[in-house]
Amino acid sequence: MGTLAADAKHVADAKLIGVDIGGTFTDVVVLDEAHRELQIGKVATTPDDQSTGFITALDGLRVSYPAIDLVTHGTTVATNAVLERDGGRCGLIATRGFRDILELRRRDRPHMYGLTGSFEPLIPRDRRLEVTERIAAEGTVLTPLREEEVLEVGRMLLAQWVEAIVVSFMNSYANPEHELRAKEILQEEWPHLYVVTSSETLPVFREFERTSTAVVNAYVQPNVGQYLEQLEERLSERGYGSDLFIMQSNGGMMSAASVRDLPLNTVLSGPAAGVIAATRIAAEVGLDNLITYDMGGTSLDVSLVQEGKPLPSSGMDLEFGIPLMVSMIDIHTIGAGGGSIARIDQGGLLQVGPQSAGAEPGPVCYGKNGAAPTLTDANVVLGRINPNYPIAGVAGASFDVAGARAVITETIGQPLGLSTEQAAQAIVTVANNRIAGSLRRVSIDKGHDPRDFALFPFGGSGPLHVGYLLRELSIGQGIVPYYPGIASAWGCVIADRQHDFVTMQNCLLSELDLATVEQTFADHLAAGEEMLAGENVPLERVNVVREADISYEGQTHVIRTALPAGKLSHETIAASFRSAYLQHYGRVEEGFSGLEELLAQIPIRLLNLRTAVIGVRTDVRLKDFVKAPETTLVEACKEERSVFVDNGFLNCLVFDRAKLPWDAVLLGPALIEQPDTTIWLEPWCRATVAEGGSLMIEVT
Amino acid sequence: MALDPITLAVIRGGLEQIADEMDATLERMAFSPVISDGFDRASGIYHVRDGEVIMQGPRGLPNFICVMEITVRSVIERVKDFAEGDVFIVNDPYLGGTHLMDVKMVRPFFYKGKLTAFLANSGHWPDIGGRVPGGFSTRATEIYQEGLRLPPVRIMQAGKLNQDVLDIILHNVRVSAERQGDIIAKITALNLGADRLTKLLDRYGEATVFEAVDEMKARSERLMRSHIETIPDGTYEFTDYIDSDGVEWEPLALRLKLTVSGSEVYVDFSESSPPCRGPLNSVFSTTLAGVFITFKHIFPDVPINAGCFVPIKVNIPTTTFLHAQPPRPVAGCAAEVCQRVIDVMLGALSQAIPDKAYAAPMGTVTNLSVGGENPGKGYYVFYSFIGGGYGGNFLTDGLINGNPTIAVARTQALEIFEFRYPVLFNRYAIREGSGGAGKRRGGYGVIFEFQIRDGNASASLLGERGRFAPFGILDGQSAQSAEHIFTLRGEEFRPEHVTKDENVHMEPGDVLSLRTPGGGGYGDPFERPVELVLQDVRRGYYDRATALREYGVRIQPDAWVVDEKSTRMLRRRGRQEGSAD
Repeated sequence: MGTLAADAKHVADAKLIGVDIGGTFTDVVVLDEAHRELQIGKVATTPDDQSTGFITALDGLRVSYPAIDLVTHGTTVATNAVLERDGGRCGLIATRGFRDILELRRRDRPHMYGLTGSFEPLIPRDRRLEVTERIAAEGTVLTPLREEEVLEVGRMLLAQWVEAIVVSFMNSYANPEHELRAKEILQEEWPHLYVVTSSETLPVFREFERTSTAVVNAYVQPNVGQYLEQLEERLSERGYGSDLFIMQSNGGMMSAASVRDLPLNTVLSGPAAGVIAATRIAAEVGLDNLITYDMGGTSLDVSLVQEGKPLPSSGMDLEFGIPLMVSMIDIHTIGAGGGSIARIDQGGLLQVGPQSAGAEPGPVCYGKNGAAPTLTDANVVLGRINPNYPIAGVAGASFDVAGARAVITETIGQPLGLSTEQAAQAIVTVANNRIAGSLRRVSIDKGHDPRDFALFPFGGSGPLHVGYLLRELSIGQGIVPYYPGIASAWGCVIADRQHDFVTMQNCLLSELDLATVEQTFADHLAAGEEMLAGENVPLERVNVVREADISYEGQTHVIRTALPAGKLSHETIAASFRSAYLQHYGRVEEGFSGLEELLAQIPIRLLNLRTAVIGVRTDVRLKDFVKAPETTLVEACKEERSVFVDNGFLNCLVFDRAKLPWDAVLLGPALIEQPDTTIWLEPWCRATVAEGGSLMIEVT
Repeated sequence: MALDPITLAVIRGGLEQIADEMDATLERMAFSPVISDGFDRASGIYHVRDGEVIMQGPRGLPNFICVMEITVRSVIERVKDFAEGDVFIVNDPYLGGTHLMDVKMVRPFFYKGKLTAFLANSGHWPDIGGRVPGGFSTRATEIYQEGLRLPPVRIMQAGKLNQDVLDIILHNVRVSAERQGDIIAKITALNLGADRLTKLLDRYGEATVFEAVDEMKARSERLMRSHIETIPDGTYEFTDYIDSDGVEWEPLALRLKLTVSGSEVYVDFSESSPPCRGPLNSVFSTTLAGVFITFKHIFPDVPINAGCFVPIKVNIPTTTFLHAQPPRPVAGCAAEVCQRVIDVMLGALSQAIPDKAYAAPMGTVTNLSVGGENPGKGYYVFYSFIGGGYGGNFLTDGLINGNPTIAVARTQALEIFEFRYPVLFNRYAIREGSGGAGKRRGGYGVIFEFQIRDGNASASLLGERGRFAPFGILDGQSAQSAEHIFTLRGEEFRPEHVTKDENVHMEPGDVLSLRTPGGGGYGDPFERPVELVLQDVRRGYYDRATALREYGVRIQPDAWVVDEKSTRMLRRRGRQEGSAD
């Protein structure tokens, strides 16, 4: 384990730090805006306690902790808790008759075709109990809360050693009083018990989604809370005096203190940071339509950026039957990374992933007792990854090439009757096709022709595959950022701060009380500004986005409608809605007549009011921190290496990325090495170095 | 010129995206909650020649797999003078339909002035007129009693709304204002599809796109044939029953002979019961859909288009209730009879390919419709369907509260029901003990119980599996059958046909408690791992007595501990008894 910057000097003026922890690596960016200096670091992730790797990485850069203004962090702790079913032991208290809501879901099945599969909720049935109470849809109390039952079921749950309790009652969105009272009773009796109410988490209707969202919050809270506490303690021990910030799934950051209550906002923390980084770095070279993919050691995250904006989503299913309804960037994830394990399945077919060797034991070539061949092992055998220049390797250390060759020969080559190199190439090809399939799903399958987009690879493993994917998907251009391996950490450093609020109204527009609306927005803004003020980060300005979820009366689906600034009237809200409606669904009347008149007769219902309070920070451009090298292309060439391509070895030039002069043009096959990744330029690729260091790749 | 694989993939993805976007538009704009929240809808693109399905939306309701193809074909056969801007509305079950509530729209698509394809969608309306709110009459003996029946008529004529047709429709359905919104949603979705399809043709050229369409069809057929070849040749028979037709208390038999020969399958239902008086008849298109859906469930990877149906031949004569003729009533065909078709197909195929075997799923959708006066707020109709357990299978336990095998429809949130209608739920819970015991047990059905809060209401129920429970396989047990109980003015009332009744008068405080079936069990319950039985009992899925009786596992009465010795003895004895049979 070590840092990249072996020659790191003491960074006395470090101002901003971004740390992203992925399944395999922990990445750090240290930014000194005043001196236009940038340092990066990368160490192996420490799965048992991620804060260890976090601190190791910062210590490795000899960071002066008291001088840091701000630390922003992307974390996977929340996601891992759900996916590995490693979260808190929670109990649920429900309205009598409704404890099974969580397990019944909305009556669905895992696969549209095929009737296999069952479902395990995050809280099993024996830890879901009921109390007597009932609130009606209009918010009136039909049956008062039996307070003594709350204590009784609380005791029963604690006897089952629960760490947290979720209280989710029917119609609590319309009147939260019973949920809040139950919480109060529980916390009076057990002051240290973590209690989550559904109405505080997501005050909108639909009992299953609201309960599920609250349960996810409670389930991941112990993991996230404990982790942040440990991390803050370690940072303050070393003299860091400011707040710790965490990236949220919506692409904005939030203080650790707030995240402790709302850990559900961090489910896509690191991936969202990566998409923010990609969006901003591509904008520096004038590209705003992107397919981004972040490939590290364990997983592949794919996203689409259209006209400079990551596609948003109002929620996701963490897996079948576990919806989480919070604002987030739309990101598609599969298990494919450098650590993906290659194996031969029962049908005799070669498969790569989704199982991963992760950080421990890691690929065989790491020499940490890994026993299964991985994609990284294959790339080492093919000569694409430099065995003497491993990512995050300690200077002088090298990969165990012989070990990688042996395991590939034995487990893949011999059973398939292939040479070692052929077997390694087969592993890479299978992996490439899985990645291509995933890119198709977010582009072609959603109606976007990949040819209209640029491909933006990042993550430690991403740039090894860019050439193959460009050709496979007929994408015109790829852009490899200057630091592909630390993009998410860069996203952390530059992200704005964002707090989202939602309040349900659920009334006909004609009956909407505008004073209430103004008051709700004012409350949102005040709460947002208070959160921003409480977080000591300099801001350029505060942007407020006011939206309302509106539909025609009777419809279930709402249009998220942006509202104009200034004073609102029923007419301006209606006009905004009608125009958003048409934009969303196309002109109702196109080539047809009579329909819009019909639609105009239908009353309008306003469901929710939403506010995003965005603290916009000074725009930071990566290219301002990358100095033009004074070396020539010849000087940038490190060596010639034999690389296995298409059934034979080819001699390839190997370049040092840091020395590549701007405007240089490189033809494949070639390798470009840098501390955090390797770029493999396929024989059919040409690369141009843009100002600021981004590598623009085309298929020739 | 042979298509390169990228272009083929892009066009395939593009067509799929068009169908998917039409589904999404319809679903988001719809006023019928059955469409918007329940996903009871489908959209597709159809061949200009004969209505063959080119692409159906990947999230579209499986039940419409081949139904809409037949709808479009009927439109082509009946209409000769298509004009640009026409949109036809049609719901006649006998012209490629399901029940009357599934209202389809078909839009002839013109490209550069030439009729080039058809776009169509379908969506379930909560009401279509007729003798009961919601359309699920259980005592109708003619289709005329079931609601408004529309042959293909122009709701849009050359781009202009046809007010005459609209007026007829709106005068014949309940809660007609909301149906205006659904009509707009369906037409808009088709408009969007036409716009997208035009762009796709502009970009790749008509010839290339249709070359891709042919290639897609050929590939689907090839893939389906290669799957069928893995089924051992032979004839497999299976019989199961519909409880009754709602009018006469007589079971209806579905007798299947399924013959596999090489890469083709012959599905013969000719020995099934004759057409019935009540609404449990099926129309040909719906029965056929059941056959095709089964193959998609067994071989999910075959993309849907006309190609995947080519190797499957059927014999479903009009002498059976599975191919009824007008004016037989058919309200139960889409959701109930079609599921039983799938059940018997699964039963037959489980003999042929035990490594892909399923015990029976709950096999009913339990259609519930309630209409009434919400004091001060006007007339309402709501329609709901309730889930049940899936069968244990070659891979897993059966799913709890699955949606019907014919659908992707989800149930609506209870809070939305309570917000919109004067009803109050008492309970929505796992129906304990309802899944069949097995090495992999069946999933559980649910208890769905509500009362009327305000105003008088009229409830109709069209369910199934109240008499013939979902079957287990390979020594698995059958599930519990359905049980539905009204409490009316304090008195318990059970429908004469168990799962079927219509226009039951309900007053405030009256309760309806629906208890749906679980799924059948797979394999010998004595082979279920003891720790899983203990976990099931801890979770209250079934009790200690059931664990002892059906699984041969003795759990101590006062602790979560298995009596290992007694369990070993019980299970050994059980096996000896079994082998002595």
